[in-house]
Amino acid sequence: MITELGHFALILALFVAIIQSTIPLIGASRRHIGWMAVGRSCALIGFGLTALAMLSLMHAYVTSDFTVINVIQNSHTDKPLLYKITGVWGNHEGSMLLWVFMLSLCAAAVALFSSNLPPALRARVLAVQGMIAVGFLLFILLTSNPFLRTFPPAPNGQGLNPVLQDPGLAFHPPFLYLGYVGFSVAFAFAVAALIEGRVDAAWARWVRPWTLASWCALTIGIAMGSWWAYYTLGWGGWWFWDPVENASFMPWLVGTALIHSSIVVEKRDTLKSWTILLAIITFSLSLVGTFLVRSGVLTSVHAFATDPERGMFILLLLVTAIGGSLTLYAVRAPSLQGGGLFAPISREGSLVLNNLLLSCGCATVFIGTLYPLFLDAMGGPKLSVGFPFFNRSFVPMMVPMIVAAGVGPMLAWKRGDLLGALQRLWVAYIATALVLLVTFYLTYGGPVMAVLGLGLAAWLFTAVLTELADRVRLFRIPLADSWRRAVNLPRSSYGMSVAHLGLAVSVAGFAASPFAQEAIEILKPGGAIHIAGYEITLEHVDRLPGPNYVADDATIRVTSGGGLVTVMHPERRYFQLQNQTTGETAIRTNLLADLYVALGDADTKGDWTVRVYWKPLVPWIWLGGVIMAFGGMVSLSDRRWRVGVAARAGRRSQQAVPAAGE
Amino acid sequence: MRKFVLCMVLLLGALPARGVEPRERLADPALEARARTISGELRCLVCQNESIDESGADLAHDIRILVRERLTAGDTDAQTIQAVVNRYGAFVLLKPPVEPATYVLWFGPPALVMLGLAATGLWLHRRQVAPNETTPLSPDESRRLAGLLRDNEG
Repeated sequence: MITELGHFALILALFVAIIQSTIPLIGASRRHIGWMAVGRSCALIGFGLTALAMLSLMHAYVTSDFTVINVIQNSHTDKPLLYKITGVWGNHEGSMLLWVFMLSLCAAAVALFSSNLPPALRARVLAVQGMIAVGFLLFILLTSNPFLRTFPPAPNGQGLNPVLQDPGLAFHPPFLYLGYVGFSVAFAFAVAALIEGRVDAAWARWVRPWTLASWCALTIGIAMGSWWAYYTLGWGGWWFWDPVENASFMPWLVGTALIHSSIVVEKRDTLKSWTILLAIITFSLSLVGTFLVRSGVLTSVHAFATDPERGMFILLLLVTAIGGSLTLYAVRAPSLQGGGLFAPISREGSLVLNNLLLSCGCATVFIGTLYPLFLDAMGGPKLSVGFPFFNRSFVPMMVPMIVAAGVGPMLAWKRGDLLGALQRLWVAYIATALVLLVTFYLTYGGPVMAVLGLGLAAWLFTAVLTELADRVRLFRIPLADSWRRAVNLPRSSYGMSVAHLGLAVSVAGFAASPFAQEAIEILKPGGAIHIAGYEITLEHVDRLPGPNYVADDATIRVTSGGGLVTVMHPERRYFQLQNQTTGETAIRTNLLADLYVALGDADTKGDWTVRVYWKPLVPWIWLGGVIMAFGGMVSLSDRRWRVGVAARAGRRSQQAVPAAGE
Repeated sequence: MRKFVLCMVLLLGALPARGVEPRERLADPALEARARTISGELRCLVCQNESIDESGADLAHDIRILVRERLTAGDTDAQTIQAVVNRYGAFVLLKPPVEPATYVLWFGPPALVMLGLAATGLWLHRRQVAPNETTPLSPDESRRLAGLLRDNEG
């Protein structure tokens, strides 16, 4: 009964979305206030309906209703409650429902927090979001319905893939989707601006908080996925340039570019059409990411053949959304010309360089991900594109960008003084040289590229701090005055510094990975491995029961110089239902390095394969991601972005337009 | 002595840290190091972009054994890789070969950067050269401006 309620709510949401995507649009073009206001109520009702659908599917999972096909395929009575709930989005149909739910959440947020937006712009933004909702709701209802029933009910479910029964992966999709779907707001604003034919500083201010918030969520989502791979796979890899990862990385790259270019629109009223294009591309890549990952097309083009109906629908949706918005862009963008002039060496110039490199980086990932598929579909040879390709093509583009990120914020708007900026960065040169020399000496004969990478991280880190010190005139004016300046700096400026520091921390984590050490041995209980100054002793392995698995749990004692450091418990878990074994690694971190222990197979004599890795700076990769997202949130808390302020700025600029014409 | 220990530690540290079964390893450390390097560049065919050196799949195990057999038989690195390609196809190479079919892949990204730089340079140049298109003030605006300036002085 509750499942049917959810199903009906979803159908009703479709009709509400159809109204949301048409009436406000007509209202906006005819300047009919009442029709425009329909968008707001539709967005709120739509949110209520999709929330109801989401909750009813969760109810079916929690109560293990095995008349629902989706529940049979992905759940089991023995599964822990947490994974019953998160299992809702652990499959294609459920994840699509989560997507639509997030979309309606965003639309409702726009409806609620934009009461000071010009009514026509708000109506158009909500209408565009309604159109996206129509596409997705149709897709769910026609090809991927999670509410379908079967009779007689199955005795029990088939369970969730054990690999997905993990807290890291349980919350990875919601964050990722919040990021993807959040970019739909920027997209809706971009399309609405194209329809209105006007983009100004106020527009950039309205869009920016939404873009920042989605970017933060996507950053956390990607970091979470990578961290999950790290602790799950049993040898500590954290990025594979795998199509599924690339699909989430591409919107992140363009989204990062979008955050930077929208600053130029706001401050200098230029790069308008480029920013609009970035907003469209960011969301388009989010769409591509969602669909291609879930439809399985990325692993093989032949996935289209196995489910042609779904494949055709996806293709149609992508073509309509991306093609439609790009056509509108082609027609309307030329009228967006204008804006402030600037010299190549300037803050604007550095942000253009940032955008150029990030976009090319994204294009590289795009080519590396989709070219093999294209070649395969054309009947060409089958290719693998792995890390050697990306290390040679993507990384060289990011290096100059990171170098420039240290200098760019020191340049003035319009016309910057590069020589002066470079002179003021002397502390950063000394710090970089110091890090390079020390790491080169310590790791003499080791990988040189890794040393250079650490130098790059040191450069960015100290350059950011130098810029901050420069801003408050540290040591050049009395400390009390510097303090006053520091207190009065806008939050967005701190946000930028924090995010750039986070990038530096992550880069150090990436760069240090070749310095890792490993030891893989077959141990009898009582045997020991020596690595990086630690003695790792396998004490004993016990068989322990879990909620829906049995585990071989190893007790491993770690000592250093005779003193006990810690006791670790790596496990191997056997899931009877799926007849599948997963590894549960044990990680001991001191934030400078991880000690990573994984338990392998036992041989016939009862000896165990134990893999131990010592990985310096590896926690910094995700720490940097968290710092970056935190920087985004700090920037988000800037007074300027608060809705009221943006709206007042918007009203001023609106008043300015007719005033000029009078 | 301390220098020697440091060198040994760093030499070990320089090895890529990945998962290979202890039983598969070759007795000769130089040969094993070559096998590890080669394994890192070969794809496990049934995994998502994992190399055979990282993967726990049975197929990866088979290829790892094949690589070590060839190396023990005295093959060079290139011959070993060719032997694997002969059996499993070019799909095993994580680094696609540079050939006409992959020109777009290898030369596309640098070409894009060049094009992007050129286009940006052209755009900036045209904007610098273009006359400053500001519409002259209307008589009314001129009057208001003059008034404001007067107020400022006074």
